[in-house]
Amino acid sequence: MALTDTSPQTMDLTGDPKRLAREARVRRVFLAASVISIVVSVAIILSLVGEAWNFLTKIELGDLNENGWFPRRGRFQILALIVHTLVISAIAMAVAAPLGLGAAIYLSEYARPNVRRVLKPSLEVLAGIPSVVLGFFALTFITPNVVKNLFSSASQSNFLAAGIAVGVLIVPLVASVSEDAMRAVPTAMREASYGLGAKRWHTSLRVVVPAAISGIVAAMILAVSRAIGETMIVALAAGTNGIMTLSPLDGGLTMTGAMAQLAIGSDQVAGAVAAFQSLFFVGLVLFFMTFALNVLSERVVRRFRNKY
Amino acid sequence: MNEGESRVDVTRENEGTGAMTEEPTTADHDDAVAGGDVPAPAVVLELDRLNVFYGDFHAVRDVSLPIHEHEITALIGPSGCGKSTVLRCFNRMNDLIETARVEGAVNYHGVDLYAPDIDPVQVRRHIGMVFQKPNPFPKSIYDNIAYGPRIGGFSGNLDDLVEESLTRAALFDEVKDKLQESAFALSGGQQQRLCIARAIATSPDVVLMDEPCSALDPIATLRIEELMQELKDDYTIVIVTHNMQQAARVSDRTAFFNVQVGETGQRTGHLVEYDETGKIFTNPGERATEEYITGRFG
Repeated sequence: MALTDTSPQTMDLTGDPKRLAREARVRRVFLAASVISIVVSVAIILSLVGEAWNFLTKIELGDLNENGWFPRRGRFQILALIVHTLVISAIAMAVAAPLGLGAAIYLSEYARPNVRRVLKPSLEVLAGIPSVVLGFFALTFITPNVVKNLFSSASQSNFLAAGIAVGVLIVPLVASVSEDAMRAVPTAMREASYGLGAKRWHTSLRVVVPAAISGIVAAMILAVSRAIGETMIVALAAGTNGIMTLSPLDGGLTMTGAMAQLAIGSDQVAGAVAAFQSLFFVGLVLFFMTFALNVLSERVVRRFRNKY
Repeated sequence: MNEGESRVDVTRENEGTGAMTEEPTTADHDDAVAGGDVPAPAVVLELDRLNVFYGDFHAVRDVSLPIHEHEITALIGPSGCGKSTVLRCFNRMNDLIETARVEGAVNYHGVDLYAPDIDPVQVRRHIGMVFQKPNPFPKSIYDNIAYGPRIGGFSGNLDDLVEESLTRAALFDEVKDKLQESAFALSGGQQQRLCIARAIATSPDVVLMDEPCSALDPIATLRIEELMQELKDDYTIVIVTHNMQQAARVSDRTAFFNVQVGETGQRTGHLVEYDETGKIFTNPGERATEEYITGRFG
C-alpha cells in the first residue's frame, strides 16, 4: 500500500481488516448478550414443561379435582390455588388502583414541580421496601390492628391482610406507569380544556385520564401480574390452608405460596409421590397467567394508543 | 366605563355557561385610538398598561389596547414580540404557566379580569380560545363539541347545540354522518373548524385565536378566514397571526407589536402602533410598522 501516493486512482478505500474484525467481534458480544437471555428463558420454560409433564403422568388426572391442595396426600386441586391467588389480587387491586391512580393524577396534574420533586422519590422508596418486610408487617400489624379490629372472626392468616400488603407493594408501580402515561398527554389537550372554562378536576378526569387510558390500563394489568406473582407476602401472611375458600377473612395457599412451601420443604417431601413435581406444574400455570397478562397489556397499549 | 349594569359577573360562585346575556356596554368609550371617521363600536376588552413577566424575564411592556365589539382585531409582529402572550392575558391562560406574572389591568366590560376575586374558569367561559395547532380531544366529534357545555352544566338539548355549533363553524355538512367517529379522523382544516365549533358551543362573548391557520394549507386557511368573517356578527374576535396578508384580509383593526432587545439581551415586546387595518397597511404612522409590513424584517 503506497501511503505517499494519494492520487485518486490508487487511493485505497477498502477497510482495515483489523478494524473490520474488531467490529465483528463486538457485534458478536452484543448478540450473545441478547441471545443468552432468550436461551435462559426458553430453558426455564422447557424445564417447567418437562417437569410438569412428569407430574401429570405420575398422578391420576382426577387428583387435580380432589378437594383441596395437599400435595403430600396426593390431592392437587389447582383451582383452589388459582382462586386464592385471584382473591388476593382482587384485594390488592382494590387498594392499589385508587391509591395509585389518585397519586398519579395528583403528581401529573396538581403537584407543583417542587412538590413533585419530593413526592415522586418518596413513592419510589415504597417500591424499594423488600416484600418480606411487608409480609411481616401484614402478619404483625395489619392482621391484629386492622383486620381483627374490623372483623373479629378473621383468622390469624388471612387474605385481607395479605392483599392489603400486596396492594401497598404495587401502588408505586400503578402510580409511576400511570403518571408517565398522563404526562405524555400533550399540553395542547389541557389548554383546550382550560380554554373552554374547565376546572382542573374536569381536565384531569375527563380529558387527561381518557387520553392516557391505554397507559393506565397497561399499568393496571402489569400490577395484577405483579400481584399474582408476589410470593413472600402471601407465604408469610396468607397461611397454608389448602381448602378452597372465597372469604377474604380466611387464609389459604396461593400458587406462589404453595410453590414456596414446596420448595423450602422439599427435603421432607422428596419421597412423596409427585409433591415435588407439582411445584413445576403450579409454576407453569403461573407462568401462563402472567404471560397472558403481559401479552394483554401489550395489546391494550396498541389498541387504544392515541396519536393525539 | 360604566361599572354598574354592564358589569359581567365573572367572579367565583357564578353558575355555568348558559348563554351569556349580551348586555349593551353603555359606556361611550373615549376613543383613544386614532380612529376613522365613523365612531368605533363599544369596547369589550381593554388592556391598561399590561406588563407580563415570566420569572425575571420581562416579556411584554406597557401595552394599552382596546378591543372593539363585533370586530376582528389582529395582533401582528415578529417572533418574540409578545403577541401570543398578550392574547393569553385576555382569558388568563397565562395562569397555567407557573412563573407568569401579570401587572396592569385587563378590563372586560369594565371588570378587571386580574382582580383578586376573579375566577379564571368563569373568565374562560366568556372568552373562548382557538389554538395554533388543531387540538381536538381524543373523543368523538360529538363529544368534542359537547365537552364545554357538559362541564358548564348545560341543561338544554345537547344534540341541537352540537348541530348548531357545527353549522356555525361551517362543518356540519361534512361531518353530520359521522358525529360519533373520532375527531382525529378529520383533516387538519376540519379539525381546526371543529375546535372553533367547540369554542363557540359554550356561547362565549369573545373568541381568541392564536395563529389558527399556521398549521393549515392555503385552502383550509381561506375557509377559516371566511368563517371568521361570518362569526364576527355574533362574536368579538382577536387573532394573532404571523401572516400579514391574513391580517390585512380579515381584520378591522391591527395592533403591531415589536421586540426590543435590552442591555442584558432580554427581548421585551411592546405595542408600536394600533389603528384601523386599512391605515396600518397603507399609511402606517411608525417607521417600524412600515418596515415590518413591507417585509424588511420579521
